[in-house]
Amino acid sequence: MTGMGMRRYLIALGLGLWALGLAEGLAQQAPQLRVLPVQGNVHLIAGAGVNLTVHVGEYGVLLVDTPPPAVAPQVMAEIRKLSPLPIRWIINTSVNPDHVAGNAALVGPAGGRGAPFGFVGLGRPAIVAHENVLNRMANPPAGQPATAPGALPTTTYYLPTMDFSNGEAVILYHQPAAHTDSDTVVLFRESDVISTGAVFTPGRYPVIDLERGGSVQGLVAALGSILALAVPDGFESGGTQIVPGRGRISEETDVAEFRDMVAIIRDRVQDLIKKGQTLDQVKAARPSRDYDAEYGATQVDADRFVESIYRSLNQPRARS
Amino acid sequence: MTRFSRTDIIGLAVLALMLPAIPAFGQGIDFTGQWVPVYHEDGPERIPGPELADYAGLPINDAARLRADSYDANRISAVMEYQCRPHAADYNLRGLANLRITSDIDPLTQRVTAIHTRINFHDAERTIYLDSRPHPPAEAPHSWGGFSTGVWNGNMLTITTTHLKPYYIRRNGVPASDKRTLTEHWVRHGDFLTIVSIIDDPAFLTERLVRSQSWALDPGQRMGTNWCEYAPELPLGEGVVPHWLPGANPYLEEFSEWYGLPFEASRGGAETMYPEYRQKLKQTFSTLDRCQRYCTCFNGTGGCNLR
Repeated sequence: MTGMGMRRYLIALGLGLWALGLAEGLAQQAPQLRVLPVQGNVHLIAGAGVNLTVHVGEYGVLLVDTPPPAVAPQVMAEIRKLSPLPIRWIINTSVNPDHVAGNAALVGPAGGRGAPFGFVGLGRPAIVAHENVLNRMANPPAGQPATAPGALPTTTYYLPTMDFSNGEAVILYHQPAAHTDSDTVVLFRESDVISTGAVFTPGRYPVIDLERGGSVQGLVAALGSILALAVPDGFESGGTQIVPGRGRISEETDVAEFRDMVAIIRDRVQDLIKKGQTLDQVKAARPSRDYDAEYGATQVDADRFVESIYRSLNQPRARS
Repeated sequence: MTRFSRTDIIGLAVLALMLPAIPAFGQGIDFTGQWVPVYHEDGPERIPGPELADYAGLPINDAARLRADSYDANRISAVMEYQCRPHAADYNLRGLANLRITSDIDPLTQRVTAIHTRINFHDAERTIYLDSRPHPPAEAPHSWGGFSTGVWNGNMLTITTTHLKPYYIRRNGVPASDKRTLTEHWVRHGDFLTIVSIIDDPAFLTERLVRSQSWALDPGQRMGTNWCEYAPELPLGEGVVPHWLPGANPYLEEFSEWYGLPFEASRGGAETMYPEYRQKLKQTFSTLDRCQRYCTCFNGTGGCNLR
């Protein structure tokens, strides 16, 4: 081999090794998705930010919430393992960016074909949400970029419930002031599965987004409405399976434990407010301290949760 | 004389290295049968039930202590979802635990591949897999029985259980989180079964909680069935959850007063688990003149003489 040939060989070898390293690095960065059967026609895709609930029905795939755009191709690949049918519906359970981030990515080419549920033409899934999601996404606060048109909900509802069929009844329940004012809890009636969105997040404190209409009392009420929908099998085992916005697949008592945590910390904060304590004093009292480790909270997380409760209870409106 | 080639020797060496990784199916002894619990250990805690605010001997942290102080027994009446709960696997070993153990046998190898337990209270059933299967991912559901796998250590079966639901480690509100792991060592001595249970709970325990429970073989035992229906026993407003606010529970000192114990001892913590703590107690209190609580529970005279 000549000197020039050897140099070319070494350059090619170096580039090859660099590419291998890059590919390995990318592989390490790519999130590890985990697909778990939940019950009936429902699956959970975990590891893509928020939990994604996948319903495989007679007419196609229904997806609850969407992943970050960068993960959308991976999510689609996993959905394809569950069904060859197109995504026909995407349900956004909240206006929170964590739940709508992948809307545009999934209704585009990555999402494949789909029939409409609302007004849009053939060839893309319908995005279903409470009308407050559309209102907030279409009218972002000053200084924030406009939402891409393809990411906006195409089918909205404003009544307490909305229902349709994907081979089984799919019922949407609006929660008017919980995590936000636009939360939807989804019941898959025959599969006996509830997808809760951000209202229920076992293992971590819920986010009460006061700027978007959330409230602690509404959150407790929303958790109560999930409890009212869930029916356990004998001795509080099995029965209705509950897919939370984040965290593990759950059952009725898990929601009860979570609701009780929110209610008890709310009562403690309320008691301190009655005693005239300021926000700083309430935070210093650490009213969530016996729950922090169980809910994986840093002091910052705990303070944020306590502050949201404090501010919610101090809101002048009845919905506090 | 047979000669081994170099390939044979390498192959045998690789096989030898793999041997420890091969699951040890079916070693050990037979645990199957009907078992009746023996309450010679921790009787007052297990049968009549613990006194309120008795946390002695538990290696709990401040979070667990506050949670237990906040516990109001009305909660299990008012929150209907708690009314029909079975015990979680770790507490079940402590409760009214008439026990039946069965096993699955692989028809080809005649090795035990799984053990099943049924404890009478609320039909609590559990499977312990012996086939080296992995535990489920974090997102998998938790259950009262959890997910259990076992390995044999000679005649002792060691079981690891994860994916347990949140529950309690003492029936007076001392909490157990869903992050805990239960390790069990099952040992059989003739007609007696002893299970040493070890709870690791990063949310509520500063050290491992080690306890033991025993059963006696009872071939004539006949297990019944249970049923449970919800009922609004204590109707409260929506979203109302009974609990005591921090510092407001008026019953926290009853236990220490009744038993003549220093209040600090009743508060638990790792120190209170060890025998050395008795020496410390001797310096600060003297025993009561006569027994006042649970004096006759276990001596055959009937009743617990509660006031």
